[in-house]
Amino acid sequence: MKLSMLKFAGKFSLLLLSLIVSAMFLAGCGEEKKDAAEGAAPAAVEKVTLKLAMDADPVSLDPHVQLSGGMLQYSHMVFDPLVRYDADMNFQPRLAEKWERIDDLTMRFHLREGVKFHSGNEFTADDVVFTLERLKKSDDYKGLFEPFVGATAVDKYTVDLKTKEPYGLVLNMATYIFPMDKKFYSGTDDKGKPKDLIVKTDYSFALENESGTGPFAVTQREIGVKTVFTRFADYWDKSGNVDIITLTPIKNDATRVAALLSGDVDFIMPVPPQDLERIKGTDGLNLVTMSGSRIITFQLNSERNPALKDPKVRLAMAYAYNNNGVVEKVMNGFATAAGQMSPKGYVGHKDELTPRFDLDKAKALMAESGFSDGFECTMIAPNNRYVNDEKISEAFVSMMSKIGIKVALKTMPKAQYWDQFDAQVADIQMIGWHADTEDSGNFYEFLSMCRNADTGYGQYNSGNYCNAKVDELTVAAQVETDMAKRATQCQEVEQIQYDEAGFLPLHWQNLSWASKSNMNTEVIVNVMNFPYFGDLVIK
Amino acid sequence: MFAFAVKRIFQAMIVMLIIACIGFAIKHNFGDPIRDLVGQRVTPAERAEMREKLGLNDPFMVQYVRFLGDVLHGDLGQSYFFKKPATEVIIKKAPATLELVFCSALIIILLSVPMGIYSAIKPQKWFSRFVMGTSIIGVSMPVFLTAILLIYIFSVELHWLPSYGRGETVQIFGWWDSGMLTIDGLKHLIMPSIALSSIMLPLFIRLIRSEMLEVLESEYVKYAWAKGLKPRRVWMVHAFKNTLLPVITVGGVQLGIMVAFTILTETVFQWQGMGSMFIESVERSDTSLMVAYLVFVGLIFVLVNTAVDIIYGLVNPTIRVAGRK
Repeated sequence: MKLSMLKFAGKFSLLLLSLIVSAMFLAGCGEEKKDAAEGAAPAAVEKVTLKLAMDADPVSLDPHVQLSGGMLQYSHMVFDPLVRYDADMNFQPRLAEKWERIDDLTMRFHLREGVKFHSGNEFTADDVVFTLERLKKSDDYKGLFEPFVGATAVDKYTVDLKTKEPYGLVLNMATYIFPMDKKFYSGTDDKGKPKDLIVKTDYSFALENESGTGPFAVTQREIGVKTVFTRFADYWDKSGNVDIITLTPIKNDATRVAALLSGDVDFIMPVPPQDLERIKGTDGLNLVTMSGSRIITFQLNSERNPALKDPKVRLAMAYAYNNNGVVEKVMNGFATAAGQMSPKGYVGHKDELTPRFDLDKAKALMAESGFSDGFECTMIAPNNRYVNDEKISEAFVSMMSKIGIKVALKTMPKAQYWDQFDAQVADIQMIGWHADTEDSGNFYEFLSMCRNADTGYGQYNSGNYCNAKVDELTVAAQVETDMAKRATQCQEVEQIQYDEAGFLPLHWQNLSWASKSNMNTEVIVNVMNFPYFGDLVIK
Repeated sequence: MFAFAVKRIFQAMIVMLIIACIGFAIKHNFGDPIRDLVGQRVTPAERAEMREKLGLNDPFMVQYVRFLGDVLHGDLGQSYFFKKPATEVIIKKAPATLELVFCSALIIILLSVPMGIYSAIKPQKWFSRFVMGTSIIGVSMPVFLTAILLIYIFSVELHWLPSYGRGETVQIFGWWDSGMLTIDGLKHLIMPSIALSSIMLPLFIRLIRSEMLEVLESEYVKYAWAKGLKPRRVWMVHAFKNTLLPVITVGGVQLGIMVAFTILTETVFQWQGMGSMFIESVERSDTSLMVAYLVFVGLIFVLVNTAVDIIYGLVNPTIRVAGRK
């Protein structure tokens, strides 16, 4: 009895298996016929679709949940800012058509009329007021908007932004104001929570719903898998012609490139440095690269290691480090060697401050200093945060050994790195920085002003570099509204840092985008790495 | 049978509890999850406040007891990145991985059995030598290299197969996103399944071959030949059935290992399953999700091994599963 039962079970499972397999094939065949039928009847209007692959997708539909490159790229697709940067870093009117300074503390914005949100609501000055209030509640943005008192609606299409003190960067900050739909985000959701709540680790209304004024509305989304953006029919700017964007995150560099080469996607960003040549050499593909604004530096901790307190030693290290060599050999030319923090185009940039590789000079400086026999020191760097971060650090170690400095390097993944960085566990620590204000002052405030727990200045200055003059100039530049005077102040800071070698600037990482060549990729990209997909035209 | 099932469920729960505890104990070494949630501008004080809100500042034992209490209610914690309960995320991602493993297992079974048998009964033929030769290459080639090679040959150069992702999926049972019911989905399945099966396939061919060779030398097979049975019957019924026992044992263990290998395969093919999710959660120190993944994989191991024990009894009547009379 039992035996026959077992046999039956065995046969039954075999039968089941063959059923599944045949069902698969049948389903497959049916699908194919349907495809063929669709292909035969030409579609009435061909939708212009862009298949986009990036290394990550937006973490939320709420633009205020995190201040990161990815979230800003998303914001430019679904929301639209008051003003934005054009390719030459000038301000371009978007939802604000024009603006004027009323007094030292107030900037008046005249808003575009007849603009609609995705929900159908009309865009007015109230939405700007609402958005600024919400920005000041966001953990990530409140620091940026600290200088602001708030916004007041003068009439339906006019809004005043007021600052606590005179502030030269009101327009820079206006690029971060992506008006949100006040009516849409007011009230409570099904779960009884306010709709405007900003939540980082749990459900919120804004996490899954959006209503912006931007060129695209999110019509389908599975986090980490796929996001579909559909052209908003009532969008006021008609420069672009893309109807649908499907965004797929492809984390693996080789896979992302292969997807473009095989034609499975139309546009990828970023392009890994090792594949630049290959894409450049492929017919039908267009590679766009640009010098970026993220500076990579080594901070030299003068409090941990007495040798690094000596400016001569620091200068010797600056002379011993071959910026151009690393850019060429390690970065495959995919970076711009730096002698200062501010990239070209920033107010603090000074053309004379270039890398100064000179080994003899470095050796001479070492001999002059009290450490002619060299010394030992420790160093940490991340191994998955910046492009080739580990290799750059290794190159640095071997360059330092030529002037007698023995560096013990330890690298680690970024998830563990930043706690170590904050704890200042090593004498030399790596950090890259992108100024979220697109302004030189931001570099100094976070990386080179004296560390001060109360004011928050020098928060990421793990080298403990401290020069009262740098502090004085940076603070003065914050409230300076005369742009020419501001530029001199910032350039003076760069000069001081250069002369003292307060830290070692390495290079600015380049930016890269690759697409099929039937679109105007070079027009929509910019140094902030916020491609304006709303303006993309596919021929 | 009932006693057996109860015993197994009990064992499974203990195994999963132990895995959960180990996972919890090591999660502190993966870094601070807050770092991935905030921009560079957020001050240390604000980060500390967030840690406090998420209960990350509590003493280890307090967190641990709270965690155990939640686990007993089936709650493995909240994924910081997905902003959902970790179990929900895992259940959403599991079908992709399970389908991939299923297809690879199918490839392995369908290819290794005939190849293994053939190379055992005709060891001198050129095909057998060819199979043995290539299987050495297969064993020694890392999965990600196989995967990238496949992509470059079949997607980039020949444009035959899609290079990444799962393609079009259909929802069945209301929650299972299946890629096996559409042509597009099946096309996307081909390369990842081949890549994943590439490590186990040579192993199984060799295993079946060597077991089969041994059995073919045994007395009862000689007796069967002497009886004048047809070669087919000797090979398939007398010899092959008896080579299956070790194959099933190894197969059970290897199926579990294959789930682990999906981590590499899924990362290269941007396959949206649990494997790539796990790697990403490690990078983001999304600790609840990491622990949930470990527990879920532990469950799969226990289930597979239980199934192996049952099948063992079916194939070999001299073995009785404990608890059965």
